[in-house]
Amino acid sequence: MGFARRFGLAALVWMGVCLTLFGPLPVVAEEGAGDWDLSVEAGLEARVFANKPAFSEQSGNTLSPSFFIEPEIVYSWNDGDDRVTVKPFLRLDKDDDNRSHVDIREANWLHLGESHDLVVGIDKVFWGVAESRHLVDIVNQNDQVEDLDGEDKLGQPMIQLSVSRDWGTLTGFVLPGFRERSFPSDDARLRGALPIASDDATYDAGREDQAIDFALRYSHVIGDIDLGISHFHGTSREPRLSVVAGASGPALRPHYDRIDQTGVDIQYTADAWLWKLEAIGRGGHGSYFAAAVAGVEYTLYQIQETNADLGLLAEYLFDGRDENGDAPSTVFENDIFLGARLALNDPEDTTLLAGAIVDVGDRSTLATLEASRRIGADWKVEIEARAFINIAPNDVLSGVRKDDLVTFRVTRFF
Amino acid sequence: MRRLTQTPPFGLLAGLLALSLLASPVLAETPEEKGRAIALETDKRDQGWGDSDVRLTMTLKNAHGDTSVRDLRLRSLEMNEPGLGDRSVTVFFKPRDIEGTAFLSHTKILDPDDQWIFLPALKRVKRISSRNKSGPFVGSEFAYEDLVSQEVERYTYKWLRDEACGELTCHVTERIPVYEHSGYTKQVVWTDTTDYQPRKVEFHDRKGALLKTLLFKDYRQYLGQYWRSHTFDMVNAQTGKSTVLSFSDYVFKVGLTEKDFRKNRLKRAG
Repeated sequence: MGFARRFGLAALVWMGVCLTLFGPLPVVAEEGAGDWDLSVEAGLEARVFANKPAFSEQSGNTLSPSFFIEPEIVYSWNDGDDRVTVKPFLRLDKDDDNRSHVDIREANWLHLGESHDLVVGIDKVFWGVAESRHLVDIVNQNDQVEDLDGEDKLGQPMIQLSVSRDWGTLTGFVLPGFRERSFPSDDARLRGALPIASDDATYDAGREDQAIDFALRYSHVIGDIDLGISHFHGTSREPRLSVVAGASGPALRPHYDRIDQTGVDIQYTADAWLWKLEAIGRGGHGSYFAAAVAGVEYTLYQIQETNADLGLLAEYLFDGRDENGDAPSTVFENDIFLGARLALNDPEDTTLLAGAIVDVGDRSTLATLEASRRIGADWKVEIEARAFINIAPNDVLSGVRKDDLVTFRVTRFF
Repeated sequence: MRRLTQTPPFGLLAGLLALSLLASPVLAETPEEKGRAIALETDKRDQGWGDSDVRLTMTLKNAHGDTSVRDLRLRSLEMNEPGLGDRSVTVFFKPRDIEGTAFLSHTKILDPDDQWIFLPALKRVKRISSRNKSGPFVGSEFAYEDLVSQEVERYTYKWLRDEACGELTCHVTERIPVYEHSGYTKQVVWTDTTDYQPRKVEFHDRKGALLKTLLFKDYRQYLGQYWRSHTFDMVNAQTGKSTVLSFSDYVFKVGLTEKDFRKNRLKRAG
């Protein structure tokens, strides 16, 4: 049942209905007319925690291994103008039952038409331009057990129709089937300050996770400016966590509000400078509020007469939501992000990314160091270190204050 | 023909030169005009190809002989508006860790190009700076500027001499980039006098020293008119590293249009 709920079984059924309504899938004209492509990504990950855990019920293991696999099957026909993609994901984690999970990242039919693009099924969509926080990006739910950075996403059932003309691209989304945010287990690392009562999540929407969400996005390139304007009407991907009395003491119960979010993202590209702005206004969690990320990326090419490029990143993060009100809490209310990205541009694609998000008020800091390199034709090694510095006991991140970690990942591509 | 008599004598080469000038549509006065006329002729003979689709393999080799292979697909669109260069989408199949990564390039003649990259892991399309002309393309010996469309107005020219190149005769021309941020002070180009195709290019670095030599081999003709080299062989004279680009057969006039080269389609390019 948990499996069906996480996938939104009803949503899949709903999608089947949509597929039928949208007319029959184009029939492959002749046997063998299409192309099959299978690729698989699989790897081992070891997370090494520097400190003893903050909570007595948490696993005290320093080394926490896991395995993941993500096959992708693509069948394409009509010269690639029609494609069916299926991309499941599985992770098995030794210490975190919630992080051991299955997801369908993609299961969709893509049709590239003369005048439109259509996607029916489960897919992932990215909106935005900033690096430190993906503020306007709202279509897919975060796969929070994968990583805290908001870049891993759960597959979202959708019908996505795009028309592109000289005046820009307009994309409409119908999003049946809401995906609840996943949280690490209460006895695992990187959990919240209190246990999460995920099974008792509540909703504004009477139909709970079966409510249908909608989104519309306009995007255009005007000279050196890339512009996106979006509106989302539906269930908030961010849950509001309220303290409830659980079976074994207090717990946090997620509540998903019905929201309207309007977003804008702009990038101005000038020589080696990228100027970026993402801003949203959101109503539905108590008072209407605005939030923004604005910053620059400047790249020094071929530094010191080598092939390496050094990118410098600086962003300011603001979030005007009422901290003690009815909005989900955030760690980005008034923060500065500074980072540097070093790309060696060698045959192994060696890259290093270092960054820190610092709260202007209390100096709490989330620091990250990431390095990756290809080995041979089919392997990749990555190291990611995260440190939580100066986290106040009442901070949203207080649950993870003892969870500084280094992740080693080896991935094989087939 | 009056101008021919003004061509300065080049000793033994003069006779040959006069013949080649008579035989060719190129008539030029100064070496600069002649160099430019050769580039214009190359450009003219390639006009009208429309759009193309080709698979290619890029083999990187270091000084120890270790190799690394990239497998990609290049779709291109010829643009006929003044000031605009061609458009292209490059999609990677190998190495597998960057499978699906795609580049979209809208080249301009002299203004900075517009470029986007699609990162499949995040499904993110990002506009990138086109300042990086001289950096290596995916770790290879090809710089970005070596692979974009060679528009005539991007260089100033000077014809140096004519000489034998294999079984053919070549015009040898020096060209100097006039676009910003080039990694080269000059290039020397060997263009054959029969089909006006480049056969060899020498690239000279910012200090003026020979940096790389590029040989164009295995030319095949398409649609009875358009020549394409199917092997680009680039050797770095300073490091001993090399990169070979091997093209499969091209397909021309596949019906690609501007909408296939828009930013919003880049995420579907794979």
